[in-house]
Amino acid sequence: MGRLTRKSTCPSSAGSGNKGTPGFKLNLRDRRVLLLTYGVKYSIAMRRVYLDNNATTPVLPEVFEAMQAYFGERFGNASSIHHYGQETRAAVERARESVAALLGCRASEIVFTSGGTEADNLAIFGLAKPGQHVISSTIEHHAVLNSCKHLEASGCEVTYVPVNGQGQVNPDDVRRAVRPNTQLVSIMMANNETGVLQPVEEIGMIAGEADVYFHTDAVQAAGKTAIDVERIGCDLLSISGHKMNAPQGVGALYVRKGTSLRPMLFGGSHERSRRAGTENVPGIVALAKAAELAREAFARGDLEQMSRLRDRLEQAILSEVESTDVNGKGAPRVPNTSSIHFDCIEGEALVIALDLKGLAVSTGAACSSGAIEPSHVLTAMGMSPERARGSLRFSLGKQNMPEDIEFALSLIPPTVTRLRELSPIYNKKDAVSS
Amino acid sequence: MSGGVDSSTVAAMLRAEGHNVVGLTMQLWNQRRLAGHEGMPEAVPGRCCSLDDVYDARRVAETIGIPYYVVNHEERFEREVVRPFVEQYLSGRTPIPCSLCNNHLKFDQLLIVARQIGADALATGHYARVEFDEGLGRWLLKRPTDRSKDQTYFLFGLTQAQLSRTLFPLGGMTKPEVRQLAQQHGLALAQKPDSQEICFVPGGDYKKFLDAYLAEQGESLPDTAGELVTTGGEVVGEHGGIHNFTVGQRKGLGVATGSPLYVIQIKGDARQVVVGNQEELYTRTLRVHRTNLIAVEELRVPMRATVKIRHRHEGASALIENSGDDEILVSFDEPQRAVTPGQAAVFYDRDVVIGGGWIA
Repeated sequence: MGRLTRKSTCPSSAGSGNKGTPGFKLNLRDRRVLLLTYGVKYSIAMRRVYLDNNATTPVLPEVFEAMQAYFGERFGNASSIHHYGQETRAAVERARESVAALLGCRASEIVFTSGGTEADNLAIFGLAKPGQHVISSTIEHHAVLNSCKHLEASGCEVTYVPVNGQGQVNPDDVRRAVRPNTQLVSIMMANNETGVLQPVEEIGMIAGEADVYFHTDAVQAAGKTAIDVERIGCDLLSISGHKMNAPQGVGALYVRKGTSLRPMLFGGSHERSRRAGTENVPGIVALAKAAELAREAFARGDLEQMSRLRDRLEQAILSEVESTDVNGKGAPRVPNTSSIHFDCIEGEALVIALDLKGLAVSTGAACSSGAIEPSHVLTAMGMSPERARGSLRFSLGKQNMPEDIEFALSLIPPTVTRLRELSPIYNKKDAVSS
Repeated sequence: MSGGVDSSTVAAMLRAEGHNVVGLTMQLWNQRRLAGHEGMPEAVPGRCCSLDDVYDARRVAETIGIPYYVVNHEERFEREVVRPFVEQYLSGRTPIPCSLCNNHLKFDQLLIVARQIGADALATGHYARVEFDEGLGRWLLKRPTDRSKDQTYFLFGLTQAQLSRTLFPLGGMTKPEVRQLAQQHGLALAQKPDSQEICFVPGGDYKKFLDAYLAEQGESLPDTAGELVTTGGEVVGEHGGIHNFTVGQRKGLGVATGSPLYVIQIKGDARQVVVGNQEELYTRTLRVHRTNLIAVEELRVPMRATVKIRHRHEGASALIENSGDDEILVSFDEPQRAVTPGQAAVFYDRDVVIGGGWIA
């Protein structure tokens, strides 16, 4: 298993750190000098590179363009009878076809929502009832996990299937967890922190054989890898617009024909009475355009290029920075994500230091930043809290160029070195537990 | 940046002077943990680490145009400030969490993070001054211009390395001047009231905090009920727990004698609270442990100093001398009232902080 099992001692300290140096004699009376030095710094616009696409992505120009007509010109309520309604109704239904084409399903099986979280909630609360059993995993996004926790508080039982050191669920564990009263399996397709792909096709088969519903959160997979709901064998599947170059505020849930899903939002009979609420036409049109662009990108082989950029970033970090390794190494992943642990530093401090130099990355899921607990995903993979807290996630997007990767590589090694020199943990001789 | 006027004004000042400033807030305590526990108020805005405070700090950063981050050090804060706070009370001492926070979080953890992210120095809104004395070759911590806001009592633990990288821009200003400056910089919180209490004890009731915290930890308040005794050893009553008392306290003794009785001493091991009359509250000497010296490297010979034994103590003239391993003996010219173990003794030479330590 190579580097993952090597004893994780912190790299030997070269510098003396900050032991009692008289150091910096900043006197406020020297402000004139400072004004010169720092004033110059301020006048130069900083180059910025965004490598946090799993948190959100920029809206592509073509997507933005596609939305424009639907603000001021074609603004009708898609349910209105008149001309204005007809035009937006047509746009919504065309959009539905496009999204269906991305997922390999029928248009009538697409329910538009406000995003991935709502789609996950709708799948889970729309199917599970008190007294029933649900199977999920320990690495799900909080939209799924917290929905499951709520189910538990309302009288359902939930089994959270574990993952191995590479972050993958074992389908046999899913099979073994099935009970007579199991209603639903909800296991994600690609993990947002590590990018690791789950064996969803096997899980789909198991769910099929056991005659239980299978929902998969494909928010981090859509646009990054091909999705075919028939091949997967799922009954429900969530996607989110802002993870695939459409704006925040729109998503979709695939609902296999024949699935009796209870709605969560009551009102009009929108979305075949599965999700009330006037359609977010610009958002829906954007999602569709983004879906079309994603399919074109697959066909062009863009994902291979992205994969090469990710691999270049990853391999260079691993070879230039000591005591680092990939989280989820060896597991199949989406082509844009790299989760790397940097021993003996706080990921939070590294993210800040890199941001101040113009590189945007994250320590894990955006919604858990500032939280006291280390990543539940990395913890579920068996990582120690220290190692989990020293992990960074790099996630590329369509707009990233090779220069962006080289920029990142120019910053990361020296920044990690500085953090380690100043870190009290780093200066101790004891090994960090693995 | 705590979301208060002082640190916000510091950020604005330094930015206006052309420094490359980054705003940092430390998330140290989750207000919601104990909110709603019996006796504890619901999460109160305006207490350190409340969402409102972070929001205020973030708004200030945005107003003045600096990058802003929240760094989470809840775990270390609980371990090095809250836990000792609880343990001190339970053993009959009166703790000062603010000094521990300064020593371990603000000027240690935060300073490390600041340097890690590339900063050369850490500036805070403390009312104090730091200067390098060429003659002594040492960094000096000095009292601020606005004596009424003097926070040097809580800063006695700062080392030379820490002081060399710290700025206290408000040291030469009065509070009204600071508010006015905040106003000038367009900061919405220029008139925000100061928070006066311990940041993690909303409402100031430390007893309710102890109850709620121990309950949350699944621990019960240890039974330290015992006897009330005189200095002569005579038992004059009972008490329900030593953590309810502090030296100098007059109320809550539940004993009626002719003249007022005060808590003279708390004997944790024996679970006794020693009570006596006003005169018995006065002592002439005290011992200080885990000392930190700033203005001098060591106390080679006894030195005269003005010594404060509480934040709001005026300070009294005394002789300070080495009296053993990491111990300093303080001998006051005049007896001092209610010397309280757990508090700090801080030594001053006019407005220079010589150093200080913890009262044994």
